[in-house]
Amino acid sequence: MAENVLQVRHLGKSFGDHEVLRDVDFAVSKGEVISIIGSSGSGKSTLLRCMNLLEKPSGGEVLFHGENIQKPGFDLQTYRARVGMVFQSFNLFANMTALDNCVVGQMKVLKRSRVQAQNIAMAFLEKVGMSAYVRAKPRQLSGGQKQRVAIARALAMNPEVLLFDEPTSALDPEMVGEVLAVMKDLASTGLTMLVVTHEMGFARDVSDRVVFMDGGVIVESDVPEVVFTQPKHPRTREFLARILNE
Amino acid sequence: MPNAQSGFFEWVFFFVKTYGPMLLKGAGTTLLIALTGTIVGFIIGLAVGYLRAMPCEKENGAARYWLMKAARGLLGVYIEIFRSTPMIVQAMVIFYGMASVFHINLPHLLAGFIIVSINTGAYLSEIVRGGIQSVDPGQMEAGMAIGMTYGQTMLSVVLPQAIRNILPALGNEFVVNIKDTSVLNVISVSELFFVSKSAAGTYLKYFEVFFITSVIYFVMTFTCTRILRWVEKKMDGPKNYDIHGSQTVPDVELIQAKGGASNG
Repeated sequence: MAENVLQVRHLGKSFGDHEVLRDVDFAVSKGEVISIIGSSGSGKSTLLRCMNLLEKPSGGEVLFHGENIQKPGFDLQTYRARVGMVFQSFNLFANMTALDNCVVGQMKVLKRSRVQAQNIAMAFLEKVGMSAYVRAKPRQLSGGQKQRVAIARALAMNPEVLLFDEPTSALDPEMVGEVLAVMKDLASTGLTMLVVTHEMGFARDVSDRVVFMDGGVIVESDVPEVVFTQPKHPRTREFLARILNE
Repeated sequence: MPNAQSGFFEWVFFFVKTYGPMLLKGAGTTLLIALTGTIVGFIIGLAVGYLRAMPCEKENGAARYWLMKAARGLLGVYIEIFRSTPMIVQAMVIFYGMASVFHINLPHLLAGFIIVSINTGAYLSEIVRGGIQSVDPGQMEAGMAIGMTYGQTMLSVVLPQAIRNILPALGNEFVVNIKDTSVLNVISVSELFFVSKSAAGTYLKYFEVFFITSVIYFVMTFTCTRILRWVEKKMDGPKNYDIHGSQTVPDVELIQAKGGASNG
């Protein structure tokens, strides 16, 4: 087993009386591509958001290379640059061009020079097929294009892990493909990826491991072949039957 | 000088000729106070609005939490007091209060700047806070998610969008200030209204003088409104963008060719 990049131990999260995550335990090893599936409200997104502290866990801990990310003095800014996030609603900086979206973080967090940051940004925009649109503002781009820029923005920070929070759920069906293609390409480069998704095709074909969540707990976690063809838990079977018959 | 039988236009012409430069100087003072007051008020508004929009949680340290609470309470009092009293009364209280309590005789013009600035600041802080809250929270999350701090994301992502959103309200405040500086005549600031009143009083020709005065106010506010509209359009940037195909080379590629920094 390779080294654990990220480890979640006894993680819990409640919003008021509503318990969204209950005693979640799981680990991500280097280079692994993990798909997290489950119906809405099962806690998938909250789990992801707890992992970079956009949500504060109510209990348990998140370890990055064995270090608790909530301990006092932990460099959260550098951690977040190392563990990037791609959002369902893209969240591109609306006041900046595609290029500046990918430049600002590098300059502010990684203290790169503008020229260096622009070169790196250009390389990643090229990689996601968006180099022709460097001067476009987010409102001038389609959903698929925005998401590809958002991926380039995360990549420009030189991350070790990328968290994807339903990256294709807000897209028109015809644009899902272009974003998934970029993600597949990334998966093949050995980047560690955690993908909350409803794209069962992606989960089955691209990921090394599929995690099924229900009611705030991890119900099943295994290689895709097992989860999709012979799930152990009845709830997994139920969910897959429902979603694959749609 | 026209006599008792002279008509309206003769008097207007007379006032324009003899008091024109004085009235224009008064108009200049009015514009200066309105502009300074709006700019300084905007800076106050930004600072106060920023503080009031900032999340403050007990978990980040009790001392900081209570300090923030206290600062916010005080700022809330400031906003409420200045929004709930007329500027004309604030002018009297501040100008004469400084003189009788602290024995400070503020120069009239300086008093004008101070009063308009803090009055505008009170209004604009609420507008700034609203502007910040109107920006999609996803923008802040995205900034934090790539490792930028709250302050960094605020300065380079949220505030620029918030300011763009409140620009119409800001322009409105400026226009209101051009008109409302007239209340400063109660503390003898020689702005347009004060000058007009003196001129009219000398000849007891109030309608004629204030007709000219209203024309000057209108020209000032109308021009400023147009300029602000133009600035708003400019800030939105071009509707189109260049696609970089085989025929064009973006600046960054040029930099790349020259600099050749490696992909880190």
